[in-house]
Amino acid sequence: MVDRNWSFKRLIELYDEIISHPHKTEIKRELRDEDDIFLLLCFSELLGIPNPVSYYTLELYPTILERFHDWHLRMGMEKSPLEGIRCC
Amino acid sequence: MSSLLLAAIGIGIFLLGYRYYSRFIADRIFRLDPNFVTPAHKYKDGVDFVPTNKFVLWGHHYSSVAGAAPIIGPAIAVYWGWLPAVIWVVVGTVFAAGVHDFGTLVLSVRNKGQSVGTLADKLIGKRAKVLFLFIILILVLMVNAVFAWAIANLFVNFPATILSIFIQIPLAVWIGYSVYKRKGNMLIPSIIALAVMYGSAILATKVPALQVDLVKWFGGEETTVMFGLNGVSMAFFVWIIVLMVYVYIASTLPVWKLLQPRDYINSHQLVLGLVILYLGVLFMNPEITAPATNPNADISMFPLLFITIACGAISGFHGLVSSGTSSKQLNNETEARFVGYLGAVGEGMLALLAIIAVTTLFATGADFSAAYSSFAAASSGGLGNFILGAGQLATGVLIPADIASTIVAVIVISFAATSLDTSVRLMRYIIAELGSEYNLPVLTKAHVATTIAVVTSAALVLLPQGPKGFGSGGYLLWPLFGTSNQLLAGISLLLISIWLKNQGRNFMPTFIPMVFLLFMTIWAMGKQVIFEWSGIGTVDTSILLFIFGAAILGFAIWVIIEALAVLSKKQGPTDINKSA
Repeated sequence: MVDRNWSFKRLIELYDEIISHPHKTEIKRELRDEDDIFLLLCFSELLGIPNPVSYYTLELYPTILERFHDWHLRMGMEKSPLEGIRCC
Repeated sequence: MSSLLLAAIGIGIFLLGYRYYSRFIADRIFRLDPNFVTPAHKYKDGVDFVPTNKFVLWGHHYSSVAGAAPIIGPAIAVYWGWLPAVIWVVVGTVFAAGVHDFGTLVLSVRNKGQSVGTLADKLIGKRAKVLFLFIILILVLMVNAVFAWAIANLFVNFPATILSIFIQIPLAVWIGYSVYKRKGNMLIPSIIALAVMYGSAILATKVPALQVDLVKWFGGEETTVMFGLNGVSMAFFVWIIVLMVYVYIASTLPVWKLLQPRDYINSHQLVLGLVILYLGVLFMNPEITAPATNPNADISMFPLLFITIACGAISGFHGLVSSGTSSKQLNNETEARFVGYLGAVGEGMLALLAIIAVTTLFATGADFSAAYSSFAAASSGGLGNFILGAGQLATGVLIPADIASTIVAVIVISFAATSLDTSVRLMRYIIAELGSEYNLPVLTKAHVATTIAVVTSAALVLLPQGPKGFGSGGYLLWPLFGTSNQLLAGISLLLISIWLKNQGRNFMPTFIPMVFLLFMTIWAMGKQVIFEWSGIGTVDTSILLFIFGAAILGFAIWVIIEALAVLSKKQGPTDINKSA
C-alpha cells in the first residue's frame, strides 16, 4: 500500500516543481551570465582576448600614477622602471 | 442541455483523440523513436537544455500557452450559438491544435531544438524567415492592443479588481528577489502572495472605497471631461496609458525580476481557477440556456467563427513555446506526444469551460439573445459575460458570486497582463532583429525598440472607435489577432509538412489543417478587407483595420506561394534531415 503522507508530499513536490521550473531556469541563466562576465573580466587577457575593462580603468591612471611614482622612489629607483608608465 | 454532459462529451472526445489519433500520428507519421538522443541530452547545459520529467514539462508547457485568449475567443463566438463553438473547439483541438503543438515539438527536437523561425529559414529560405518575422510582429502588435484593451475594459467594468492587480506587482518582485537572493522555496511565498491578492479582492468587492472606479471619478458616462471625451473614454484612455507605462518598465526589466514570478503566481491561479470552475460544473450542473445555434446572426459564422476562436482550437503561438523552450527539455522523444498533444487538450478544456460559463450565465435563452444581440455586442461584452458566468459557476463550491466574479476577473487580468508583458518584450526583440537584418543599428537599442513597440501598440488600441467612444473599440482588432495567430499556425504546419515530405512520409495530417486555416484566413480577410473596411461595401470604412487586414491577407497569400513552391519541388532529403 502506498504511504498516504508520502504520496501527498510527493504530489506537492511535483506541483512545486512544475510551477517553479521556468523560474529556476531564469535564475540559472542569470547566474550563468554573471559568472561568464566575471570570468571574462578576470581572465580574458590570459587567453589573449582584449579585456574590455582596460578602456574604463584608464580613468584610474592619474591616481595610480602618483602612487606608482612614490613606490619606485621608495624602492630606490630614480626613474620609472617601466616603459609604459612615465611618471617622471 | 446539461453543462455537465457537454463537458463530459468534450473531454471524452479530447481523450479519445489523445488515445487514438495522437498515437496514430506518433507511430505512423512522426515515427517517434525512443532511442533518439534528444537535444536536452545532447546539448545539456543545465539552463536551456535540461532533460525534464514529462509531467513537469507538460505543466510548464501548458501554463505557458494557457492565457486569456482561449477565454475571450469562445466567449465571443457563442454568439453563433454554443454548438458551432463547441464543435470547432473539439474538432480543432483534436485534429489541428494537437497535431500542430505536437508536430512543432517533434520538428524542433529533430532539429537541435531550434525554433520555428530558424527552421523556416532552413527549410524554405531567407524569405520565409522575414515573412515569419513580419507575421509574428503583426501578431504581437495585435496581442498588445487587444490585451491592453481587454484589461482596460475589465478595469472599467470590474473596478474591485484594480487593488489586487496592483498589489500583485510588488508581491511578484518580492518573490523574485527572495528566491534569487536567498534561493528559497517559492511555494510558500507564492501562496502568501495569492492569499494577499484574493484577500484584497474580497475586501475591495465589499468596500466600495477601495474600488478605483475612474468612470465615476470622471463624473460618469454623460459628462465631458476634457478634449470632448466622456467619462468612459477618459477612463479607457487613462488605463491604457497606465498599462503602457507599466509594460514599458516590465518588459525592460530582467525576466526573473517581475515576469517569471508573475508567471509563477499565474500558474497557481490557472490551476485554482480550472479546479474551482470544473468542480462548480460538477456540483451545480447548470443548464445551458443559450440557444444551440443562432439563425438571426447579423454576420455569417463562416469564416468568422474560425478566426474568432484561435487559441482553444488552434493557435500558432503554441508553436513558439513548443519549439522555443519545451523542445530543449524533452527527456525522451516519445514523450512529445504527452507534452505537445495534451498541452493542446488542456487549452481546449479551458475554451470549453469558457463556453460553458457564458452559456449558463443567463436565466433564459431570450436573456442570452438580448445580451448577444449583435456580433459587436458579443465582441465587446463576451469577456465580461465569462467573468459573471464563472462567478455563478463558483457558487457551486460555495463561493459568493460577487466575490468569485472579482477573483475570476483578477485571474483573467493577470493572464492578460503577463501576455502583454511577454508580447511587448517579444516585439522589442523582433524590432531589434529586423533592425539588424536591414542595417538599422538604432533599432537594436533596447529602449528605442521598446519605445517603438509601446507607442505603436498604444496608438493601435486607442484609435478604433467603439460604441462607448474613444479607446473602447480595441475588440474590433480581435479578428485580426485571430487571423494572425492562425497564419502563424499555418506556417508552422507548412514547415512540418515540408519536413514530412522530405522524409517521404504522409504529410496530409498537417497539410489539411494548414489548407483549412489558410482558406479561412484568406476568406475572412478577403471579405472584410474588401467589402467592409475598404469603403466599397456599405459598412463604415476603417483605414486602420484595412491596412492591417490587407497586410495579413498579403502574408497569407505569400505563405501559400511559398508552400506551393516548396511542396511541388521534387527533391530528396535535404541536409537538415540528415542531421535529424
